[in-house]
Amino acid sequence: MVPVLLILIPLLTGVALFAIRQEATAKSIAFFSTLVSLAVMLAGMSVWKDAAHLSFNQPWIGALNSHFHLELDGMSQLLCLLTTLCFPLIIYSTWNNTYVDANRFFGLMLLAQAGLLGVFMAMDAMLFYFFWELALIPLYFLCSRWGGEKRIQVTIKFFIYTFLGSLFMLIGLIMLYFKAGGSFAWADFVKLSLTGREEMTIFILLVVAFAVKMPLFPFHTWQPDTYEQSPTAVTMILSAIMAKMGVFGLLRWLAPVVPAATYQWGDNFATLAVVGMLYASFVAIKQDDLKRLVAWSSIAHIGLMILALFAPSYSGIQGIMIQMFNHGINILGMWIVVNVIEQQFGTRKISELGGLAQKAPILTILLVIIALANIAMPLTNAFIGEFMMFNGIWGSTATKFGMVYAIAGIITIILSAVYTLRMVQNVFYGPTNERTEKAVDIRFNVQLALAILVVGIILIGIYPKPLLSMTTEISQQILDRMNLK
Amino acid sequence: MNAIILSALLGVVLMFTGIFTTNKSTIRTVATAGLLLLLLANIAEMNGWKLFEVNTRNMLVFNKFGLLFNTIAFSATLLYFLLSARDILKVGINGAEYFALIFFILCGVSIVSSFNTLLLLFLGIEIISIPLYILTGSDKRNLKSNEAALKYFLMGSFSTGIMLMGIVLMYGAKGTFSIDAALQASNPGREVWYTSGLLLLFISMAFKVSAAPFHFWTPDVYDGAPTVFTSFMATIVKAGVFIAFVRLFEYSFSGSGYDWKLIVSIVTAATLFIGNITAIFQQSVKRMLAYSSIAQAGFMLFALFSYNTLSREGIILYTLGYSLATIGIFAVLVKMKDYTFEGFNGLARTQPVLAATTTIFLLSLAGIPMTIGFFAKYFMLASAVKSGSHLWLVFFAILCAVVSVYYYFRVIQSMYFKDGAGATEEISPAFRWILLLMAGLIILFGIFPNMILNYLYF
Repeated sequence: MVPVLLILIPLLTGVALFAIRQEATAKSIAFFSTLVSLAVMLAGMSVWKDAAHLSFNQPWIGALNSHFHLELDGMSQLLCLLTTLCFPLIIYSTWNNTYVDANRFFGLMLLAQAGLLGVFMAMDAMLFYFFWELALIPLYFLCSRWGGEKRIQVTIKFFIYTFLGSLFMLIGLIMLYFKAGGSFAWADFVKLSLTGREEMTIFILLVVAFAVKMPLFPFHTWQPDTYEQSPTAVTMILSAIMAKMGVFGLLRWLAPVVPAATYQWGDNFATLAVVGMLYASFVAIKQDDLKRLVAWSSIAHIGLMILALFAPSYSGIQGIMIQMFNHGINILGMWIVVNVIEQQFGTRKISELGGLAQKAPILTILLVIIALANIAMPLTNAFIGEFMMFNGIWGSTATKFGMVYAIAGIITIILSAVYTLRMVQNVFYGPTNERTEKAVDIRFNVQLALAILVVGIILIGIYPKPLLSMTTEISQQILDRMNLK
Repeated sequence: MNAIILSALLGVVLMFTGIFTTNKSTIRTVATAGLLLLLLANIAEMNGWKLFEVNTRNMLVFNKFGLLFNTIAFSATLLYFLLSARDILKVGINGAEYFALIFFILCGVSIVSSFNTLLLLFLGIEIISIPLYILTGSDKRNLKSNEAALKYFLMGSFSTGIMLMGIVLMYGAKGTFSIDAALQASNPGREVWYTSGLLLLFISMAFKVSAAPFHFWTPDVYDGAPTVFTSFMATIVKAGVFIAFVRLFEYSFSGSGYDWKLIVSIVTAATLFIGNITAIFQQSVKRMLAYSSIAQAGFMLFALFSYNTLSREGIILYTLGYSLATIGIFAVLVKMKDYTFEGFNGLARTQPVLAATTTIFLLSLAGIPMTIGFFAKYFMLASAVKSGSHLWLVFFAILCAVVSVYYYFRVIQSMYFKDGAGATEEISPAFRWILLLMAGLIILFGIFPNMILNYLYF
């Protein structure tokens, strides 16, 4: 029941919002709907914890033996919690942004939420594909309608990239369907034993879709442009949640389904991930636009998760799980700050800002904590995740180069300190200029949103066990499928 | 049988209506009511209720596949009438005749969906084609329309000749027109006749469904014909001929199937490639749709390429999805003042309902999930994967589907993200409601394709 509610609430509200003309009302309804989703999610994790409430399975398309099967297992819970937590924060922290046709804007946002939640809960490949695209379409419209100057070209590039990836994935899923004797169920997929050649083909088909979504170097070229051109509220969804769709896809639909090929191709993809991390970090250092800086830093951080998957071990996989959540809330914090700056000063150029700390102390304190989380300082949540991943990569029995990867990865952490702290320094410290002279501190809504994130960052940094214990089972299952420890 | 006899009769009724009245709304009402009757009669036959008992000596076979297709074709035509009947009457002074010709075409469609002998296939195809030549040239004072009609007629008769030649060769090889008998009869020594006959049939049918490299007439004819008739030609007629094509090759000659796979796969790939690549460069939405219809034919050819239950279900879904979406887009196009992409600029501001429904139609044509277009493509691709050989074609089709996103989304971009007048003719509320109904159907079947497919089995 919980999964169905989680889909229906945003879906129905989203559709209804198209009919509501008053912009303020539309915004309030959207916000309320996301809060209800969050409440349902929390209830699902506490009160309705039994399997009957967390799973929903009905026949859907008889001719294909496809089932409408949603389930909230540990990994789904983690990501659905991230999604339902991020959405109210996104709407709340961008409360003062104004949009033309605000009702449609929020309607599409909620439709995207329904799609994203569906992706994380689907246990049937056809359903998974459905939601995968359902999440994409509203985002396409959001970016193209409310984005920056070059939005149309950039967004169509984004769409065509991801659509191509999706179609390859579809063929891969069709092949799996026939191999599984006419079943789309994930449970059947992970029982398959395929020949090496079949696994190889299916692996390639599936990995493209996920690589584009995350994005993995060299499939990343759409990402900085799209993040830059999208309205910031949408960029938050793209980076905090949608990028996780790719990682989630790897963990749910790739590694346990074609384990041998994942193992076999591990080194190639791990190398790509390392190259991408280093490359993205260096590019991030050179960025002057705040949005592009965060975008590139996101590629670097996601790269580490990919690396940990292709050089797997128990600690590494658990690290990815918790880091998916951490990266979501950390980058959301960064975007909220970027949005505040853009709304106040009308520019995102680092070179045109400076000295904000004198004028906006609260913002600065909160930002610095988020920035420290971004560079994985101990006591912040990212430290836990990244430490576990490095630990796992170093000790992985699946690859001979674990140590090399880990060292290369650690270099990117240093680089992330370079670009993040340089950004903090240039934007918040130093002398003020005529633009930042009249700066005022953030409003209460942004304070609250950032404060919630910061509390989350520190709490998870000190006591990560609740999150980690959610995913032990699935992590173990992935490793068992790959015959690794 | 209900459909064949009734549609022919209704055609005659419409012609007489034209004699007794020139009142447009009367003609429209008679045509729409007639079509509704036809649809109901066909549904009655699906439920085993036959109005006419005719001994066809096994020349026609009415199975669920054909009857279901008839229902789809008639329902699509009904929606087409509801949307565009006024525009049909605007084409020229002979309003009733246009409707009569459409009913004759439907008669041909119901023959080709149930033929069991090559003679009736030929008859059906001709009954479809001849009224189409007239409809193409119905805008008498428009030179482009005349040119299109002449071109279509010349090329069409040529392909008819090829078809006849093919039928003759096959008759020579097997000594019978009947498909059942031909499958059993073996005539050693004349295999070459049979094969070349089949090849000629293939070529002429490929011409009718505008498969490359026999597609050259399509853009000119679709562009030249009055837009309302292009809509009918590109959807129901094309779907009908496809059903004939599939019946002919999938069931009747499946025994000789394997040799055909290479030829069919090359034709499919060429059709996909030419349709999609050329559509990108069009400036007029109407011409873009002409090329897109070639591209969609490429996907439908998958039903010939891989013969299994999936492709059988797929072609039904494909014809339905493609017809609904294309009729909708053409109906909107007819209302536009400017047929270029720029003409659609800002339509979302001036006509939000038209823009929203057109978006759904385009998403369906592009094959995005939640629309029936997705399942149509899904079944086609899955049937090809299942058949196992020539997997390259599947990947080629995917690449083409991605290309198609570019030009379909160009219309969406114009409507939603660019500013402009988006000038249309006056839109009646009924028109909007029908469009919304069609969009609703596309999404409904896109989530529950079972609602259609169950009819094939139960």
